[in-house]
Amino acid sequence: MGDMEATLVIGAGIAGMQAALDIADAGFKAYLVEKEPSIGGRMAQLDETFPTLDCSSCILTPQMVSVGGHPNIELFTYSEVVEVDGSAGQFKVKVRKKPRYIDVDKCTGCGICAENCRLKDRIDSEFNVAMGRRGAAYMPFPQAVPLKYTIDGEHCLMIQRGKCGKSPPCRDACPAEAIDFKQAEEIVELEVVAIIVATGFDPFDAQLKPEYGYGVYEDVITGLQFERLSSASGPTFGEIKLDERPIKDVVFIQCVGSRDRTLGNPYCSRVCCMYTAKQAHLVREKLPEARVTVFYTDMRAFGKGFEEFYDRVREERVLYRRGNPSEIYRRGDRLVVRAEDTLLAKPIEMEADLVVLAIGLVPREDADDVTGLLHLSRSGDGFFMESHPKLRPTETEVEGIFLAGCCQGPKDIPDAVAQAKATASSAIVMMSQPKDKPAADQE
Amino acid sequence: METDQTILERCDLWGCIQCGKCTGGCPLSFKTTLNVRRLIYEALVEGDVNPDGMEELWDCTTCGTCVLRCPKEVEPVDVIVALRTELVDGGIIPPTIRDALTSVFRYGNPSLMQPEERADWAEGLGVKSISDGADVLYFVGCIPSYDDRVQKVAKALVKAFHKAEVDFGILGVEEKCCCNEVRRVGEEGLFEYVVEEQQELFSSCNVEHIVTTSPHCFNTFTNEYEGLDIKVQHYTQFVAELIDNGKLAFTGELNKVVTYHDPCFLGKQNAVYDEPRKILQSIPGVEFREMDRTRDRSLCCEGGGGRMWGEGTNPEERLATSRFEEVLSVGADIMAVACPFCLLTFDLAAKAGGYDEKVQVTDIIELVAEVI
Amino acid sequence: MPPKVGVYVCHCGINIAHTVAVQDVARAAAGLPDVAVARDYIYVCSDPGQQSIQDDIKELGLNRVVVASCSPRMHELTFRRVIQEAGLNPYYLQIANIREQCSWVHSERGSATEKAKEVVAAAVSRARLLEPLEEREVQVTRAALVVGGGIAGLQAALDIADAGYIAYVVEKESTVGGKVAQLGLTFPTLDDAGTLLGEISERVEQHPNIEVFTNSELVDAEGFIGNFQVKVHRHPRHSDKGAHSDNAEDLAPAESVLELGVGTVIVATGFDVFDASLKPEFGYSVYDNVITALEFEQLSSPSGPTGGEIKIDGRTPEDVVFIHCVGSRDRNLGNPYCSRICCMYTAKQAHIVREKLPEARITVFYIDVRAFGKGFEEFYDQVREERVRYRRGNPSEIYRRGDRLVVRAEDTLLGKPIEVEADLVVLAAGIVPREDAGQVAGPLKLSRSEDGFFMELHPKLRPVDTTTDGVYLAGCCQGPKDITDTIAQAKAAASSALIPLSLGRVRVESVTCAIDPLLCSGCGLCAEACVYGALALDGRTGLMTANQVVCKGCGACATACPSGAIVVKHFTPDQILAEVEAAI
Repeated sequence: MGDMEATLVIGAGIAGMQAALDIADAGFKAYLVEKEPSIGGRMAQLDETFPTLDCSSCILTPQMVSVGGHPNIELFTYSEVVEVDGSAGQFKVKVRKKPRYIDVDKCTGCGICAENCRLKDRIDSEFNVAMGRRGAAYMPFPQAVPLKYTIDGEHCLMIQRGKCGKSPPCRDACPAEAIDFKQAEEIVELEVVAIIVATGFDPFDAQLKPEYGYGVYEDVITGLQFERLSSASGPTFGEIKLDERPIKDVVFIQCVGSRDRTLGNPYCSRVCCMYTAKQAHLVREKLPEARVTVFYTDMRAFGKGFEEFYDRVREERVLYRRGNPSEIYRRGDRLVVRAEDTLLAKPIEMEADLVVLAIGLVPREDADDVTGLLHLSRSGDGFFMESHPKLRPTETEVEGIFLAGCCQGPKDIPDAVAQAKATASSAIVMMSQPKDKPAADQE
Repeated sequence: METDQTILERCDLWGCIQCGKCTGGCPLSFKTTLNVRRLIYEALVEGDVNPDGMEELWDCTTCGTCVLRCPKEVEPVDVIVALRTELVDGGIIPPTIRDALTSVFRYGNPSLMQPEERADWAEGLGVKSISDGADVLYFVGCIPSYDDRVQKVAKALVKAFHKAEVDFGILGVEEKCCCNEVRRVGEEGLFEYVVEEQQELFSSCNVEHIVTTSPHCFNTFTNEYEGLDIKVQHYTQFVAELIDNGKLAFTGELNKVVTYHDPCFLGKQNAVYDEPRKILQSIPGVEFREMDRTRDRSLCCEGGGGRMWGEGTNPEERLATSRFEEVLSVGADIMAVACPFCLLTFDLAAKAGGYDEKVQVTDIIELVAEVI
Repeated sequence: MPPKVGVYVCHCGINIAHTVAVQDVARAAAGLPDVAVARDYIYVCSDPGQQSIQDDIKELGLNRVVVASCSPRMHELTFRRVIQEAGLNPYYLQIANIREQCSWVHSERGSATEKAKEVVAAAVSRARLLEPLEEREVQVTRAALVVGGGIAGLQAALDIADAGYIAYVVEKESTVGGKVAQLGLTFPTLDDAGTLLGEISERVEQHPNIEVFTNSELVDAEGFIGNFQVKVHRHPRHSDKGAHSDNAEDLAPAESVLELGVGTVIVATGFDVFDASLKPEFGYSVYDNVITALEFEQLSSPSGPTGGEIKIDGRTPEDVVFIHCVGSRDRNLGNPYCSRICCMYTAKQAHIVREKLPEARITVFYIDVRAFGKGFEEFYDQVREERVRYRRGNPSEIYRRGDRLVVRAEDTLLGKPIEVEADLVVLAAGIVPREDAGQVAGPLKLSRSEDGFFMELHPKLRPVDTTTDGVYLAGCCQGPKDITDTIAQAKAAASSALIPLSLGRVRVESVTCAIDPLLCSGCGLCAEACVYGALALDGRTGLMTANQVVCKGCGACATACPSGAIVVKHFTPDQILAEVEAAI
C-alpha cells in the first residue's frame, strides 16, 4: 500500500468523508485529516434533515463507520495540516497530531475517565452548542469515530497546572491504563498527488445582531442550538423545552447574519430557509398546539422537493409572515418580537416563548491559515475561491488543490456531497495518470 | 437639494428588498400611520411620492433605528427628510416648526430667545471666551444655554471641567444653533447657511477640540459639517477620559440605584454606548442597573428630529411612559440621560404621567457634579 | 459440522446498557441451544471487542456469530470482515438489533431486557441455520456511456476520459451543447455561455478517449454494472466528431444501430422548457410581444434575429416586464417545484435590458427572489441598483390596450391591484422533465421522483446514484440546476462511474434468489415483480432463470411465486421461521 497514489482530504465533515470514500472505493489512498477528536462535522449535530426528514445521525453514522473502517482511508483525527510543499502530483504535507493524552491503542471507549474527570460537566460542550456540558476528558458524541476519548489539554488541570488533586482521578480510574499525560504532539509526513479542502464553515455569531438579544435572553437560541434541543440524543432528549415553562409560541427569524451588507455578509446562506421550515415542522410535530410563526423576506425553497416541503409545512399550520423582525424585548416573562408584517403593511408585536434565529453560514475563523498554507484566494464573501464560478466550481487556482463543501460557499447536504464527489473525480483523474507523465500529454 | 427631482432620484433606495426591518423597528410605527418601508416602496414602484397631506411625516424623530437595522445599507430616514424638504419648500409646515426655523434664522436658536442672552447662564462661573484661547471649545447648545432646567447640566459640566482643570472656553453670544434638527425637518438651505457661518467662527477662534453637551450637536459636527477638521467629542466621552486618566476624582458618594437611557443620537447613530455607563459605574455608591431595552435596542424619547417643536399626530400616547415602566421594573431611583432633548422630554412625561415622584430624571453630569 | 454459536452483547457505551441489563442478556444467551460462549462488552465494535470475537473463533472453534448491538446498517460489514479474517464465511454472522429496536425506543428496564433476550434468542435460532455464501466479483468493461451531450454529459465524459477510460457520448441532436448552446450571458458573472461551452466542447472534440455520436439515441440496454450492452440508434445526418458541424454534406449513410459494451452509464439527458401556452392568462403565442426567457436569450444575442438589439416588430420597448414562476411552484399544472434558475436568469436578463436600453422602465414581478448561490444575492443587489423595479406579486393576466400590453397584478406590498403597461413581456418559463424521459428510464430501469425528474438513490447522501447499480445521474434530468451545480454534479457522477472503471472489477450481491427448477412453472409472475430485470424465461427449458449479477436479493420474486419455487439465499423460509418461532 505504501506505493499507492494518495490524496489528502482536509476536514472530515460530510464533504470530506464523501470525497475520501469515493477515492478509497476507486482503489486509491485517502488521508483524511480532521481537527476535532471525531469525524462527522456539522451534520453530526443535526437532528432531522430537510426535506426528507431523514434522521441525520442515522444516515451519517453508517457513513462514518465506513470511513473509519475503510482499508484505503487513513484517518488523522485531532490533527492539523501544518505545512504543504511541492506541487500537483507531488505535494509534501506535514500533519500535526495533537496529543490526546490517551493512548488510542489502549482506550476501549469505556468512558470511566470522563466519569472521573474533575472538570466533568464544567466545560461547554461544543457538540451541544453550549446547551450541554462536558469534562476535560470527553468524547464529543456517543457515535464518535474513532470511538476513543480525548483529554482536552486546554482545560485539563494536569496539563494546565501540572497537577490535579493528589493524583489525576481519570488516570487512576482508567482500567486500560490508557491515559498518558506525557504524550507529545507528533508530526507525520505524507506525500500526495492532490489535496481536497473540505474545511466547512462557522455558524454566524448571533450576538453580532444585538437587536435580537441573543446571549441576553435564554429563550432566544440559534438554529444550530435548536438542532441539539430537538435531537433525541441532545440535552433535553428531544423535548422542545428550555425550562419548566410551557412553550406556546415559537417564532423563527430567517436571514440572521445573511443578506446583510452592514455585517459584510451580503450573500444568502442557502440553507436557512429550509432548515427553518424543517424546524417549524419539528415543533409542530412535538408541540401540536403551539403557535408557530416564521418571519421571512424571500422564501428560498429552490432544491428538489423543497417547495413541496414548504407547502407541507404551511399546511401544518405554520404561519409565514413576510417581514424581517427589527427587535426583541421582554414583556413580563415573555419575549416580544417586533416586526412589520409587510403584507399587512402594519407593525406588529408577537409574543413568544422561544425564538429561533436562523443563523447563516460564515467563512471559518481559521480560513486565513488554510489559504496561507495552500496559497488559495478568497472570494469577496470570504469563502475560498474556485478557479471559475461556472466551469470549475471545485477547482482552485492552484493545480491539484480542490474545494469541497461549504468552505467554497454555503451549501446543503446533497450539494455538498455532489461537490465532494466532483473533487474526488478530479483527484481520481490525477491519480490515474501514468507516472512521470503529466495529464496534458496523455495520449 | 433640488426638489424638482423625484424622491427616487434624491434618495438611494434601490438597495431595498422590502424586508420591513425599518418599519418593524420604528418606535413611532405603532402610534402613527407613518410607514417608512411603504414610502420607500411607493418611491420605487411609482417613481415618486407625493407628501401632500401626510401629516405623519412630522411624527418621525429621526432616531435612526431604521438606518441602523437596514441589512441592505439603505437609509430609510432620508425619504422622510426629503419629503419634509418638499413640504418645507412648498410652505406646508406645522406653524410651531416654522416658528422654530424662523427663530434659528433670526436669532441663532429655535426658541425665540435673544442671542445676547445666550451666555447668561455662565455668569459668575468663571468661564472664559474661546477667543481668549483655550484647549477645548465647550459647545453648549441652544437648550442648555436658554432652558432653566438644562442650564443646570451646562453648569454641572463647567464644575467638572474646573475640577479637572480643563482649559476650555465657550463661544458665548457668538454661538449659534448647530442645526442638526433644522436639517432633519428638511430645511436644508438654512442648515447650509448656518453651517458655513459656524465653520468660519470655529476657524477664526482656532478651535482644535470641541466638546458638546448635546448628542445632536455632536452628531451633526461629526457627520455632517463637511470639511470640519476638528476633534469633536460628546461630553460623556471627554469626561470618561478625565476619570480614566485620574484628572477627575470623586469625593462623595451617591447611594442610589441608577439606570441609563441611551440617547438615539449618541447610541444608535454614533455607537457611543460604553462611556456614559463607565461614568455612572465609576461614581462611588451607585448601583447601576440596565433596563431591558438598552444600547442598540434602546427606545426613543420622542424628542428629536424636530419633534421638540411639534406635537405629532398622536400626542396622547408617549413612548416615554413605557420607558418609565421599565425604569420602575428594574427598581431604579434615577434614570440618567445624556441629552438635553431626552432630559426635557422625560421631565415633561414624568410630570404628565405622575412618575416624577418615583423616578428622578437627571443628566449624568449632574450626578457627577454632586460627588466631586 | 454442528453449529457452535458465539453471542456478543454490546453495551454501546450506555446507549444500550442504560435500558437493557446486558449481562442478563448474555447470561440468558449462554443457555440457548448450540451457544458455546456469550459475552457482554462495552463496545463490541472497538478493536478489543473485535479481537475477542476472533480469539473465540480460533480457540473455541465457533462457526456462527451473533452480535447483539446496533442496527446492521452500522456494523454488519464490520463484523462480517471480523469473522472472515478469523477464517469463517462472512455470512455466518447474525446481528441482533437491540439498540434502535430496543434500548432507544423503550424506557422500562425490565421489559426492555426481556425483549432484548428474545431478540437475541431469535437471532441465535436463525444463526444456527445460516449457510455460507460465496462472495463474487465480476470484471468491468472499462468504458462509460454518457447519454446526452449537454454541458453535464460533456463534463462527465471529460472526467471519465481524463482518467484514462473511454467515454461514448450519445446525443440526440445534430450538435452537442444542449441548452447552454442557446444562452447568451450567464449569471451572475456575465460570462458568455458560448465561450464556456466552447472551452468544454473543444476539449471533448480533441480528446482521444471520447467518441461522440450525434443524431443518436439510446434504444436499449442490457446487462449490469461492469457489463452493460447498449444499443444506440444512429439516424442519418450524424457526424461523429465535429460537434459543431451542421454541414448537410456531412451526411452519413442510412440508419444504423450501434452496439457498445460499457461498464457504467451516466444519464445526462437534460430538461424541456415549460410550454408557456399552458398558462393561457399570459397570452403567450397570442401576443407577439409576450416571449419566453429562452426566446429573450435569442433576442439579446448578437447572432440572433435582431443582431442583439432588443426590438419587437422593429420597435424599441419602453416598458419591459418580467414575470417569474411561469410553470413553476404551480400545483395546478402538476409542477409544484421551484425551477431554481429563473429568478437569477431573469435578474441577468433585466440587467441586459438595462444595458441595452438605459431609459427603459423595467419591472420584475416576483413572489420570492431566490438568489441563493455564490454571488447571487450580490448580483440581485446590483440589478436593483441599476433601476430595475422588483414588485411583489404574481401577475394574473395580460391583455391589450391600444397597441400596448397591460399586465394586471396585485402588488402585494401595496395591497392594491395594479395595471402595468408593457411593450415586451418576458415569461420566466420553468424547467420540466423531458417529454421523452421514458425512453431512457425504461432501458436503464430508472425511477422518477414525484416531480417527474429521475430519482436519485438517496436525496441527501447519494444524489447522483440510482437504484440501478452502475447508472448515475448528471444535470437537470435529476432536477433543475444552474450551470455551476450541473458541472459539480456531472463530475460527481463521473466519480461514481470511475469507481468500478478504476478498480476493474465490482463485487456483486451474494444474497440473491435461487429458483428450484422442479417447482417452477415458468409462469413469469416473478419477472413482473422484479424491478431489477433479473428474471427471464429460458425459452429452451420453459423455466425462469435469475441473473445472479443483477439480482439484489430483495425477495419480491419469492413472494410473487405462486408455487414457492423461489427462495432468497440467506433469507430462506427455514431461517426466517426459526427466527420467528424463537421470537414468539
